Formats: sequence, structure tokens, C-alpha cells
Amino acid sequence: MSDARVPGTLGAAWLVARKDLAIEFRTRTAFLSALVFAVLALSIFYFTWDESIVTAADRAPGVLWVVLTFSALLGLQRSFSIEEHDRGIDALLVAPISRESVYLGKAIGNLLFLCAIQVVAIPALALFYNLPLGRGMLLVCGIVFLAMLGIVAVGTLFSAMAVNTRLAELLLPMLSLPFFVPILINAAQATTRVLAGAPAETIWPWLKILIAFDIVFVVACTLAFPFTLEE
Amino acid sequence: MSVPPPTGSAPLAVEVAGVSRTFGRRRAVDGVDLVLHPGDCLALFGPNGAGKTTLLRIIAGLLRPTSGAVHVGGRSLRDDAAARAHVGLISHQSMLYRALTARENVEFAARLYGLRDARAAATRALERMRVLDRADTPVRALSRGLQQRVSIARAIVHEPSVVLLDEPYTGLDAAGGAALTDMLHGLRAAGASLVLVTHNIDEGLDVATRAAIMLGGRIARTDARTDVDARRYFADYRAMVLSA
Amino acid sequence: MTTGSLRAGTVPRASLEARPVFDWFFWFGVACVVGLYVRAMYFTPLDSLQGAAQKIYYIHVPSALGAYLAVSIAALMSIVYLWLHDERADRLAEASAEVGIVFLSVVLTTGPLWGHQIWGAYWVWWDMRLTLTLFLWFVVAAYLVLRGAIEDDAQRARYSAVLAILGALLIPFIHLSVYLFQARLHPMPVVLKPDKPSLPGEMLTTFLLGFAAFSVLCIALIRARYRMGVLRDLVGDRGLERADD
Repeated sequence: MSDARVPGTLGAAWLVARKDLAIEFRTRTAFLSALVFAVLALSIFYFTWDESIVTAADRAPGVLWVVLTFSALLGLQRSFSIEEHDRGIDALLVAPISRESVYLGKAIGNLLFLCAIQVVAIPALALFYNLPLGRGMLLVCGIVFLAMLGIVAVGTLFSAMAVNTRLAELLLPMLSLPFFVPILINAAQATTRVLAGAPAETIWPWLKILIAFDIVFVVACTLAFPFTLEE
Repeated sequence: MSVPPPTGSAPLAVEVAGVSRTFGRRRAVDGVDLVLHPGDCLALFGPNGAGKTTLLRIIAGLLRPTSGAVHVGGRSLRDDAAARAHVGLISHQSMLYRALTARENVEFAARLYGLRDARAAATRALERMRVLDRADTPVRALSRGLQQRVSIARAIVHEPSVVLLDEPYTGLDAAGGAALTDMLHGLRAAGASLVLVTHNIDEGLDVATRAAIMLGGRIARTDARTDVDARRYFADYRAMVLSA
Repeated sequence: MTTGSLRAGTVPRASLEARPVFDWFFWFGVACVVGLYVRAMYFTPLDSLQGAAQKIYYIHVPSALGAYLAVSIAALMSIVYLWLHDERADRLAEASAEVGIVFLSVVLTTGPLWGHQIWGAYWVWWDMRLTLTLFLWFVVAAYLVLRGAIEDDAQRARYSAVLAILGALLIPFIHLSVYLFQARLHPMPVVLKPDKPSLPGEMLTTFLLGFAAFSVLCIALIRARYRMGVLRDLVGDRGLERADD
């Protein structure tokens, strides 16, 4: 025991994230359902517009952000339900790691989970909607990442809360979606302009708000997390 | 940790001072005082609903007491993350992840506690609880009794000096129970302090140096083990519980 | 156990007094608003441009104020609860949120009614007040649903306080985003300025009285709802005490 070195906040967070990803990899159900949902929804939405009136490239941003939001919710649902089952969360709380590292670990796990879905969904979007590949799509990937930071920060916290209530599956979307609104507005507007080749100064104001949101809510949710644990 | 520190100079292993805990209007724990010196093993008996589990969770730092204070090794587990490095908890739920194997569960715990060779420590712990042969089976495929053994292995992988056990014999068969008793004796021999909550008087008195009975949130009676005759104690305990 | 005394192991609740829910202050608040309508309908001149429809304005804008007042109280009391752990702050936050959602609903129903007369459309996204009210409605609804889904008092209070504070942080971001959205795409119409209180004397007075009346009604409703909460908790306690008799 004397040669034990307790991991620091980030180290512990990474251990928790790895554990979550290992569990997800073992069962794969949430990942596959979110993935199938994303690709299916992308393809279905194509048929909701008249191609001659609205081009595919114009529709793509809206479709992307709707699909991204709902596949994110599918992924976020599972993040604390695995802890609730046999009270694995108690073992985490009794371990010599901080409460913040539990939250960060869960959030990082969720972020990587969502990134894995985007790795398939964004190319599928480009394929189905005939989007030009190039710097524009790369920027879109960057905007998606920024948006996911916000989604994961808020969604992980509400997932921790929802799992302890009676209406867990209903509550997570109800709590999270209002908080996704600023993320979606800014990310979707920025994406539209990027894909339309608009000049940088029209895109930047939207990104500024998105980045500010990320910073404020990552901090606020990390601070709020201990309050969601048993007193 | 193999030699207990000289008494009088070391901090108390566990110190519970005037602890109460209410849930809404219900007082689950009512003014409990307890002291454990390093190397003590307290067997805590009591009927369902007496507040034993609540008290244990308060000592572990999972619940905040409504009043009073708890110190383990002189520190507050709730506020001091580093202090939790020497504590192990076995509770009603297994705290395992069903999709992972027994070995993966115990290794994860070992890494959380910062053990250098997590794999070796996990192997040792699983072996002590005689479940090493099933180490690479996913937990969901294990029987309740084997899951309990893995859960115990997880709780002691870091060789804690304070171990809190909430009805650890539940679900264990004779072999598992024997492995647990051996493990508890081994911990005691190494100088660890134990708080053992149990229904089973015999199993409790087997390892205990002190015995206490909890009723209605209060400690109704404490005795040193040496002052206690097992059969008379059992009769007294039954009488207390039935009359309450 | 003797009737009415506490069961062994229960804690006496810190002084909760049952007070009448519909007392003089409540009726005073109602009277203020009724008085406002009498004045608005019969004693205030018709607007030359908008006609009788403009009268809805006297409900629409003050309701928004009442809503923001109620919601701010809820957020403030949530901070107080997390800081002091006083159940009265939680009860007040709950009462304010419920009153708030009523006022928000009034804004959301009168808005389209008025807008249809003025703008020719029932709903416009560039009206900041309407849009913000909509999203605020969703946040308060989530708050109330969350409260309904938790049985443990302390957990309910803690969780809803966290949501309320995060919601308060959210609103400026929604405001910024929607402002950017409408500023780039839809410059504010210049012809009609229905929001600017450049109203002539009588109408301005009615308008300001409207603010006062709705603020009083808001406080009165919160107070009444708070007392209902006290009664509910007392009844709940009585049930707990009598359970074994």
C-alpha cells in the first residue's frame, strides 16, 4: 500500500471514462442504436423537402443538427444508468477521487461516444446531401465538436439527476433540450454560413456565443454535480 | 500497516460523535457515539430499520450527518478525498459493473486507489476470496454468491486499514462464508479496524473485539467481546429486539 | 401512541403555521387587476392605429413583467436554499415557479392574439419578448416536471434549485442567440412601434398602472400559493404522525 499513488483529477476522470467506454464496447447496444438512428434519420429527412425548391445543400445544416441532438440524447441516457444498477456510483464516491473527476470522467466518456457517432454520421451527411468536401466540411467538424462540448456538459449533469427520479427517460430530454437551444441556434447558423461559403466575419459572432456557452456551462455543471449526489 | 501503531499516539480508527441523521421527518440515526481504536473490530447488530446501514454510510462519507461529526483516522472522509484511500466498503449492492469481468472490476478499483501493479493486486484479492477461477467471466454471468465474493475482493484489493461491511455474508454459501471469515481474520491480524454490520450473531462474534446493538437509531448496548457469552448474548438480543 | 403527539423517531418541523390562503391581500391583488381592466376598457381612449385590439397590450406586457418577477424570485430562492438549506426558500421557489408559468402562459396566449391584429401573423420569431417567453416557459415546465418526479423532499429541493440556477444562467444565452438571429435576418419594423411607451398621457398612465397592478397580483398569488404549500406540508406531517394509530 505504501507505493500507491492516488490518481489526480484528470487521471481519475480518464479511468472513469475508460471504464465507461469499455462497458459500452462490451454491450454496444446504445452505440449501435444511436448510430442507426442517426443514419436512418439523415436519409428519411431527405424526402421531407422538394428537391427542386430547396437544394440538398441548403437543407443539410438543419438536418444535421436535429439528428445530432437526438442521437446525443440516446447516448446520454446510458451514462448514469450503469452506475445506478448495482450502485457502482457508491464505489466511485468511496474511492480517493474527487467528485469533480467522476463528473469529468462521465462527460469525457460521453464526448468520445458522441464523437464516434459523428465519425459515421458526418460522412453519411456529406454523402446523402452531396456536400462539397474540403475546408468547409473540416470547419463543420470543428463546429460539431464545439457543440458537443456544450451538449455533453449539460447532458451529463442532467443524466445524473434524471437517473435518480421516477421519469428518467422523459426527464432527460425535457431538462436538456431547453439548454441545447443556444447551442443549436449558434452552431446551425454558423454551419449554414460555412457551407454557403460566407466570409469569416459573419460566422465568428455565432461561434463566439457557442464558445462562451461551453466555458460557462462546463464550469457551472462541474460545480453543480456534487449537489446531484446523495446528501 | 502490518504493525499497529502504539496506542495513545495514533488517531482513533473511527470516531463517531453525537451523530444524528434525519430523512424528512424520520430520524434514522439518533445521537450515536462510537469509538474504535486501531485493530478493533466492532460487530453491530440490530433488527431491520434500526439505522445500521445509514450509520455505516455516514461513516463511509456517503451520507452527511444532520448533526455530529465522523472522523476516520482523524480525518473526515466526506471532505478529504485522500483520506478515503485507506477505507474499504462492502454494502448491500455489489457496486460492480455487470458487463465487465470480475478481474476488470477489481482491477478498475485497484487503479482508482492508485496501486502500482493493479493486475497483480486484483489477482491476489480474487484468490483470497476463492473466485480466481471465474476471474474472466462477466459479472452478469456469475451467481449471486460469486458476485458477492467479487464485490468483497473489490473492496479489499487496496488492503484498507478501515473496512466497513454491511451484511457481507448475505448470499454467500459455506465456502464463500469461510473465505470471508478467513479474510476478516487476516485483515485483523494485519491491524485493520472493522465495523461489521450483521444479523448473524455467531458470525459477528467470531471476529469481533466489541459488540453493539442498535435499536431505533440508538446504540442500546455495547460490550467488549471478552465479557460476552455467545448464547446468553443471543438470548438477550432476541429479547431486546422483540420487546422494542 | 396518543393522537397528535409525535411518533418516536420523528422530528418536530420548525414552526409551520397554517395561514389563510385567500386573505385580504389576495383579494386586493385581484381587485387591482380588475380595476385596471375597468380603466383600460372604459376610461382609456382607443388607439388610432390599432383600435380595440390594442387593449390586449395592457394584459400582455404587464403579464410579462409579472412572469419575469415570479421567475426571478424562484431563481433567487433557489440560491438561498442551496446556501441555507431552509425548506421555506424551497417552498417559495416552488410557489413562484407555478405562478410564473401561469403568467408566461398568459403572455404566450395574448401575444399571438395581439400580434394577429398588429402584424398580421399569429407568431413571429423576431419579437424578443415572445421568443424568450416561449423558452422560459419550457425551462419552468421542466422545473415543475422535475419536482413532480422526485419524492424525497430534500432531494427535490436540491435538484430543482440546481435546475433553477442553471436556467437563470441559460436565459442570457438564449437572449443573445435570438437577438443575433433576428438582427441579422429581420430588422425591426419601423412603421409601427408597438413596444415603445411613447404613449399619450392617459394610455401611459394605464400602462404604468398595469405594471403596478400585475406586480401586486403576482406577489399576492405567490403568497397564496406559498400558504397552500404550507398547508400541504402540514397535512403530510399529520398523516405521518397518525400512521400507526
